[in-house]
Amino acid sequence: MKSLTRLLGNSSGRLRFFWRQICRNLAASAAITLAGLGTSGCSSAVTEQADIVIINGAEPESLDPAIITGQGEARIVRGLFEGLTRLDPKDAVPVPGLAERWEILNDGSVYIFHLRTNAVWSTGEPINVDDVIYSWLRVLDPMTGAEYAGQLFFIKNAEEYNTGKIKNPSALGIHKMDDYTLRVELTGPTPFFLDLAAFPTLAVVPRDSIEKHSDRWIMEKPLPTSGPYTLESWRIHDRVRLRKNPRHWDAANVQNTLVDFIPMESAMTAMNLYLSGQADILWDKTIIPSELMDVLSLRPDCHQFDYLGTFFMRFNVTRKPFDDVRVRKAFSMVIDKQRIVEKITRAGEKPATHFVPKGMVTYQPPKGLAYDPETARKLMAEAGYPGGKGFPTVVYLLKSGKLDEQIGVELQAMFKEHLGVRMELRQAEWKVYLAAQSALDYDLSRSSWIGDYNDPNTFLDMFMGDNGNNRTGWKNPRYDELIREGNRQVDPKKREKILQEAEVLLIREEVPIAPLYFYAGVNFFRPKEIEGIYFNLLDEHPIHAIRRVSRNRESRN
Amino acid sequence: MYFLKRILTMIPLLLIISFMAFALIRVAPGGPFDRERKPASPEIERALRAKYHLDEPLVKQYFRYLGGVLKGDFGPSLKYRNHTVNDIIKQGLPVSLALGGMAFCFAMGVGIPLGFYTAVRRGQWGDYIGSFFALLAFCIPAFVVGPVLIMIFAMKLQWLPVALWHSPLHFILPTVALGLYFSGRIARLMREGMTDTLHAGFITTARAKGLSESAILWKHAFRLAVLPVVSYSGPLLADLLTGSFVVENIFRIPGIGVFMVNSTINRDYTMVVGLVLLYAVLLLVMNLLVDLSYSLLDRRVRYE
Repeated sequence: MKSLTRLLGNSSGRLRFFWRQICRNLAASAAITLAGLGTSGCSSAVTEQADIVIINGAEPESLDPAIITGQGEARIVRGLFEGLTRLDPKDAVPVPGLAERWEILNDGSVYIFHLRTNAVWSTGEPINVDDVIYSWLRVLDPMTGAEYAGQLFFIKNAEEYNTGKIKNPSALGIHKMDDYTLRVELTGPTPFFLDLAAFPTLAVVPRDSIEKHSDRWIMEKPLPTSGPYTLESWRIHDRVRLRKNPRHWDAANVQNTLVDFIPMESAMTAMNLYLSGQADILWDKTIIPSELMDVLSLRPDCHQFDYLGTFFMRFNVTRKPFDDVRVRKAFSMVIDKQRIVEKITRAGEKPATHFVPKGMVTYQPPKGLAYDPETARKLMAEAGYPGGKGFPTVVYLLKSGKLDEQIGVELQAMFKEHLGVRMELRQAEWKVYLAAQSALDYDLSRSSWIGDYNDPNTFLDMFMGDNGNNRTGWKNPRYDELIREGNRQVDPKKREKILQEAEVLLIREEVPIAPLYFYAGVNFFRPKEIEGIYFNLLDEHPIHAIRRVSRNRESRN
Repeated sequence: MYFLKRILTMIPLLLIISFMAFALIRVAPGGPFDRERKPASPEIERALRAKYHLDEPLVKQYFRYLGGVLKGDFGPSLKYRNHTVNDIIKQGLPVSLALGGMAFCFAMGVGIPLGFYTAVRRGQWGDYIGSFFALLAFCIPAFVVGPVLIMIFAMKLQWLPVALWHSPLHFILPTVALGLYFSGRIARLMREGMTDTLHAGFITTARAKGLSESAILWKHAFRLAVLPVVSYSGPLLADLLTGSFVVENIFRIPGIGVFMVNSTINRDYTMVVGLVLLYAVLLLVMNLLVDLSYSLLDRRVRYE
């Protein structure tokens, strides 16, 4: 130690000159550091504390309601832009939004919406029917690149307009009756149209800003918004901050002033941030550490509930051996789903035999194939593969991710044990996985689907023959006809029966898919501190209803 | 003259790099607009591809892109459609620069003295302890150091914040997590350099001349011994300044390190090429600076 202190102490003139040289890089980097700090989050750190801090999953790809596709984005956007209806915070059913009331005519194929006359943009200008029509036409214009434009295809001629078969927007079933009355003609009775009207894709957006700033309109200051909040700031990968819009028609009932959304990709960091009390709510399923769920789910601030999502397996029916329905059935019947939800996923998921999750008011899903290895082996023998003899090695396509890998390994073991077949895993990064699935370049594929609205159609129409989301190669005219007939049907009981019949085809008779489990909603928040979050199938919790009741340090640990 | 030539050769190099990145990311399967849910109609996807000129021949796309780059415009992000690549770099780069700069200072500030000390104390207890810590730092990756630091200093002791990037207190843990590995590396480089130099003939000569030990160590030995560290520091700085995926992810830091990896996964073509170019320029400039400092440190090195 002696020599070092002596050396360091001995920094006379010549040495200083020397230091200057070798520290060239150091000095340069220090300068960069300081310059960086000056402009980075440090200086722009907001001193004002948010009422509510929410950990919200991946960085939003956009905050433009027409463009967004993810739930995390939708949760922010619903605060900024409102549609004719909006979701009730409790059960997520549509309630009056910008429209204060509506009439439903012609057995549900015509809607007359009466807009509020007191609804204004956050910048003060009134919101009227022209704004609604502009917003909807914008979504339908292919140039907007609105991938969710299909939410509007239930309107007469909307799909034709989107695909360019009709050029004139006046041919659409969207008609202005006066400044505050809108008449919407649909292709048929659409019992979930009010749900769709609450969907962000159909929200009302500011025409002037969009025409002036094109893709970057959302960054305009001040940004005119139609919802209960305005966009205070958006620093990419840092946070989105919303501030209460005092001009909103329902501003009196907005329960908070400032809400922060923290984008997050690491489940561990999310949990640490929440547990250390720096965030109030953690509500994105992709950032819940599933390996800790057996411990976490016992906490009083862990809330689990049914959710509108299904994890399933696709069969490629265009390839041997899965072109044989007996083989598909056999594979479906040897999956021990209970084991998968208990040993692997562990966040309150429920085993699935049918595709549409339970809990919809209008629909009771039919029973699917039960776990029955005995029958499965018989089916395999009938198909010419007794005990798995002569069965080719098949490949299970999955995306990268620990959970998906564990499920793949488990399936591999189950198929081996009960059917005597060999299955290999092909793990691919997300985009490669999607491309392979779309091109039907797989034998079996890990799959999942999240419902958009509270109706079985959001699950069932994807397996129609020409639907881009089908991706099994399975086409069945009877199925397509049943879905169409169901959606034409006015009587809810009859409609339910028809759609059930379609689902039976899907999960019991033709089996192009094997459902594994239903996702569970998981939210973390401390009930002593936060109120106004209710659990519903859509896992939607409008932020205007969320209220802080206390800042109780004790309950945080 | 030599450096002018070096700078000029950067131009074709950057062109080749950018074209490779531009072409290769497009060859990878899947595209920026592929998702679980297909767009409602093929027309939408077609319009999107047309909007971002992805329907044009590759070479035409490249020259269009190059034209933008020359004007300082790296194009719109295909994933974050409300932002341009310039927006994202402008917001994220200062953060990564700050973190990288601090980690660099930390690595140098710890590594050089530690290496120096262990070399001077070679074969003694100080050397063993110091070298052990250097080796430890060198062996534990950031994805272990980060969570351990968080567990101790943020969760247990609650001295420092868990994550985010809002105040100087937030800078400490990520800086250590990022810099620790490199401090170990630098300490080892420094120690080797110093040990080698101390065995050189001119040191013996200096000793024979009766120079004081400190003059020998500092004036004669250190200067040469630090050269490996200097040549390593250039690419290291370029590496650190462009952010670290692991550390930015663990501490949820809004830098561009996360984009370096995610833009590739997302097939965000413009973002990938923009970041590759940024990294390439930094790397070339840093290497040039290193060569420059060589001539200053070692008088035997002359550039013609």
